[in-house]
Amino acid sequence: MADPAETDPDALTDTGLAPSGQGAVLVIACGALAREILAITRTAGWTHVDLACLPAILHNHPEKIAERVRTAVLRARETYKAVFVAYADCGTGGALKKVCDELGVEMISGPHCYSFFEGNAAFSAHEDEITAFYLTDFLARQFDAFVWKPLGLDRHPELIEMYFGNYTKLVYQSQIDDPALLARAQSCADRLGLDFEHRRTGFGELESSLRNWVTSPR
Amino acid sequence: MSDEDEIILSELDDEELVQQMFDDLYDGLKEEIEEGVNILLERGWEPYRVLTEALVGGMTIVGADFRDGILFVPEVLLAANAMKGGMAILKPLLAETGAPRVGKMVIGTVKGDIHDIGKNLVSMMMEGAGFEVVDLGINNPVENYLEALEAEQPDILGMSALLTTTMPYMKVVIDTLVEQGKRDDYIVLVGGAPLNEEFGKAIGADAYCRDAAVAVETAKDFVGRKHNQMRA
Repeated sequence: MADPAETDPDALTDTGLAPSGQGAVLVIACGALAREILAITRTAGWTHVDLACLPAILHNHPEKIAERVRTAVLRARETYKAVFVAYADCGTGGALKKVCDELGVEMISGPHCYSFFEGNAAFSAHEDEITAFYLTDFLARQFDAFVWKPLGLDRHPELIEMYFGNYTKLVYQSQIDDPALLARAQSCADRLGLDFEHRRTGFGELESSLRNWVTSPR
Repeated sequence: MSDEDEIILSELDDEELVQQMFDDLYDGLKEEIEEGVNILLERGWEPYRVLTEALVGGMTIVGADFRDGILFVPEVLLAANAMKGGMAILKPLLAETGAPRVGKMVIGTVKGDIHDIGKNLVSMMMEGAGFEVVDLGINNPVENYLEALEAEQPDILGMSALLTTTMPYMKVVIDTLVEQGKRDDYIVLVGGAPLNEEFGKAIGADAYCRDAAVAVETAKDFVGRKHNQMRA
């Protein structure tokens, strides 16, 4: 299995990650979760778990996620004894849940990674936080590829007000303690002209979901 | 660009100027659009003619290229910003000169949602098409819509949402209108990135509009039918 620190964030954004290893269990995940899943499985010593990722940039076209996951699950079943889907709803409006139910595979509960990293109950407790723009570790690393360039802000920074005028703060949910990433997230807030808030979430319900899938008898 | 190549807008004849304004709108050049609008007004064009022929005509090209995947959101926003500059000059004049009014719309982003780019584009294009638009802004609970409908008596209610978590709120608004026996008093149009036609039907809207140009055409069509019914 790959070293979490050696994952290429650009590749995870645009092309994803092919499965590697000889495990019996495959987790099909969003590329934005690769580093975190690898860290969790490595620490836990789950050598029987392999990881495949779809491109994280699919989040900019969430209507494509469900069918891409379906294809990946069907393909994985030719090789793996058990397959799990490390996505939450992620803007699919229930479409991914429908596909997972049809295929009989489990996925992560909740609306999106911001919610399950913080814990779905804790996150929904401040659901009135509608003027917050969230970054995870992955998004802090990939801010330019995921936010700045797709919105055209590299060419037209004057559009910031049109895109972010209704936001008030950037909430950085950190999964690991990394001063460089923290500084990077802070600079993202500065570039967008937003207040900055840091919440250390750890891996949250990503970790408990994986543990449940991988260690429960099936 | 060299001085030799520089285009002096005031030296162009009307037809050339309108064509140039189409290009400038496409390129999102706000100052040039404002200058073009002022030149046409100085030449005696009616404000409504400037609006429809120069600005809406140009934005229609932008809208078509967006739909065809030639232009993307940033370019559309720049074009919209340029058109907004022109509209700011024309709006007070349109009121003075009694421009035709096609209908009236109340529009707003639903509760829990602060995204307004699409809504603002729709508002602007609807105004460009001769609709009076009352924009309620973002994060609107059902009460805001009801109050505005009561006060403004529009033909159309427009609702917008960008999030899958907020779009179901449109049904809350429509169901409330049904409960109060007011649903059929308004044409209800909905839009936003995660929506589709199926969703629009499921929540009881009259139509889902996939972009601002479709919203304008749909609104015109429904208002036209409504007026025909009233005449019959």
